[in-house]
Amino acid sequence: MRPLTLRRLLLQCFALLVILFVVVVIAIKFGAVPVSLYALGRDLWNVLLHQRTNISSDYVLIIQNIRLPRILLGIMVGASLSVAGTSFQALLRNPLADPYVLGVSSGAGLGAILALIVEPHVTLSPVFAALLTPLGAFLGAAATVTVVYLLGRREGQIDSTTLLLGGVITASFISAIIMFLMSTLTGNLRGLSFWLMGDLSTPLQKSVYWFLGIGFLGASGAIYTTASDLNLLLAGEKEAMHLGVDVPRVRLVVYIAASLLTGLAVSVSGAIGYVGLIVPHVMRLIFGSDHRTLLPTAAIGGAIAVVFADTLARTVVAPNELAVGAVTAVVGAPLFIYLLRRRLA
Amino acid sequence: MSPGSSHARHLAEAGRLANEIRLSVEQVSYAYSANPAQAPLFTLEATSFQARPGEIVAILGPNASGKSTLLKLIAGALAPLSGRILLNGFVTHSLTPRTRAQRIAVVQQESRLLFPARAWEFVLQGRHAHGRSLRFESEDDIIIAKNALAQVGAADLSDRWMDQISGGEKQRVILARALAQQPLLLLLDEPTLHLDIAAQIGLLDALRRLAAANRYTVVVVTHELNLAAEYADQVVLMQRGRCLRVGPPINIYQRELLEQVFQTPLTVELGSSGRPRVTVLAGTET
Repeated sequence: MRPLTLRRLLLQCFALLVILFVVVVIAIKFGAVPVSLYALGRDLWNVLLHQRTNISSDYVLIIQNIRLPRILLGIMVGASLSVAGTSFQALLRNPLADPYVLGVSSGAGLGAILALIVEPHVTLSPVFAALLTPLGAFLGAAATVTVVYLLGRREGQIDSTTLLLGGVITASFISAIIMFLMSTLTGNLRGLSFWLMGDLSTPLQKSVYWFLGIGFLGASGAIYTTASDLNLLLAGEKEAMHLGVDVPRVRLVVYIAASLLTGLAVSVSGAIGYVGLIVPHVMRLIFGSDHRTLLPTAAIGGAIAVVFADTLARTVVAPNELAVGAVTAVVGAPLFIYLLRRRLA
Repeated sequence: MSPGSSHARHLAEAGRLANEIRLSVEQVSYAYSANPAQAPLFTLEATSFQARPGEIVAILGPNASGKSTLLKLIAGALAPLSGRILLNGFVTHSLTPRTRAQRIAVVQQESRLLFPARAWEFVLQGRHAHGRSLRFESEDDIIIAKNALAQVGAADLSDRWMDQISGGEKQRVILARALAQQPLLLLLDEPTLHLDIAAQIGLLDALRRLAAANRYTVVVVTHELNLAAEYADQVVLMQRGRCLRVGPPINIYQRELLEQVFQTPLTVELGSSGRPRVTVLAGTET
C-alpha cells in the first residue's frame, strides 16, 4: 500500500518543472535567429542584476519581446487545455475526451468570433472590451459541452461512441459556421484563420497575460478541490454518490471550470488539438490515474508539450512557421486512433 | 413529575430504542414513471420492516419484484412516495451524500473502472467520506483499509490490479471497500450474482461473521432462495412491487407461497442446520 502523500506529489511536480525549465531554455535558444546559451546566461544574469546597459540588443529584441511572451502564452495555453482535457475525461467518463475532439474548442472559437463581431457595435470600457472575446469563447465552450453531452446520452447513460461521434459532428458543423462568417466578413476579421489551426504567434497586450494567468489559477484551483471526487466519479455516478460524493455539485464545478479553461485558451491561441488527450494519457502512464496527482502533473505536462510543439513549429520549416496545432495534430491524431482501437478491441 | 425528568426519561427511552432498532422501514411506497403525465410503470406498495444491529435481512423475490427499488430507497438514493426510512432515527434520504456514506455502505453488482487501479487504492476510496478537504489519506485510513482487506481474507490481494483478479476476489475487495466506510448499515445488491458456489458461500460466511463482529445491520437483495434461508435472520418476500411477508425464514418458506411467488414447482424441507431448504423440481423452467 502506497497512498499518495503531499511530499511525493511535490516531488513529482518538481521533476516536471525541471523538464519544463529545460524545454523553455531550448525554446529561447532556437528560432529563426539562434542565440548562444552563453549569451543567454550572461544576459539573464545582467537582467537579474538590473544592469540594463550591459544587456545585448538581441536579448531585448528577440528574447524579451518575442520569444518569452510566446513561451509564457504556450505554458498557460498548454496547462489550460491539458487540465480541461483531464477534467472532461473524468466528467464524461471517457478517456478519449479532449476539448478539440469534442468540438468544445470549435465552439469556443465560434463564441470568440461572434464576440469580435459584436464588439464594434457596443460601447464598453477598454477593460470589458478586452474581456469580451474570452467571455464569448467561454460561453461558446459551455454551450458546446452541453450540446455534446446531450447528444451522447442514451437512456440516461453516456454512451462513449455516441459522445465522440456527437463531438466530431458538432465540431465540423461549427467549423462550417466559422468558415461562413469568415468569408462574409473578411476585412473586419483579419488573421482569423489561426482559430482553425491553433497558433501562438499573435502578440497580445500585457493585461491579457494577467487575465489568462488568474483565470487559469482560479479555474484549475476549483477543479483541484474536486480531485478526489473525480477519482470516485470514474467508477460511475451512482457508485460515487454511495461513497459520499455530491455528484451534481462536482459536475457543475468541473463543467464550468473546464469550459472556462477551454474558452481562455482558445480565445488567445485558437483550437490547438489533442493536447488535452495526449498529455493526461502520458501522465497516467507515469504517475497513475489519481486526479490529485494527475491534475497538477497534466498542467505542467501540457505546458511542456505546447512549448515544445511551438518550438518545433517555429523551427522545422524556418524561416517559415507552422501552426502549432498542426504539430500537435500530427502526434495526437495517430495516438487517438491507437487508443480508440485498443478500447474497441 | 417535573418536565425535566420526563424529558430525561424520554431521552433514555429513545436511546434504548435506537440501540434495539437500527433500521426502520415504515410504510414505504414508491412509484416510477417515465414522465409525470403517464401512469406509473412500476409501483412499490407500502412496505415495512425493522432490523437490529448484527442482523442480516434478505430481500427475496423474482425479477421485477421491486427488490432493488426497495434497496435504493433504503440507501437514500431515491425518495419514497410515502412513508419513511429511519437509520438510527435519521431519515436516510435527507442526509447529505457525505454523511450518508459514513453510515451506509452499498455494494453493487459490479464495479466498472475506467482506468486501472490496485486493490488497495480501491479500498481506500471507502475512506473518502471520512476524509478532509483535499483528502490525503491519514495513517488511520490506511490501517482501516488494511483491516478491511484482512477481514474479508483479501490481504494478499492488496497490490494486485482490480482488472486482473477473479470475480470472487473482486467481490471481496468491493466488500472490503464497503467495510472501510465503517458503516452502520451494509446494503448488498445481488452480491453473489457472478460468483461460483464456493465463492458465494465464502462471501456469505464472511458477511455473517462481520455482521456479528462489527454489529453491522446487513440488507441483502437476492433471488437465491437457499442462500437467503441459510444466512438471513429475516426475509422480506417481494412479488410484483408488493411486500408479501416479513419474518424469519422458517415462517416464510412455505411450499405454496414460494411456488406462487417464483412460479415454479418446488419442495421445502428442513435442512441439517435447522433452516429450510428449497429444491426446485427438475425438468421445469425456472
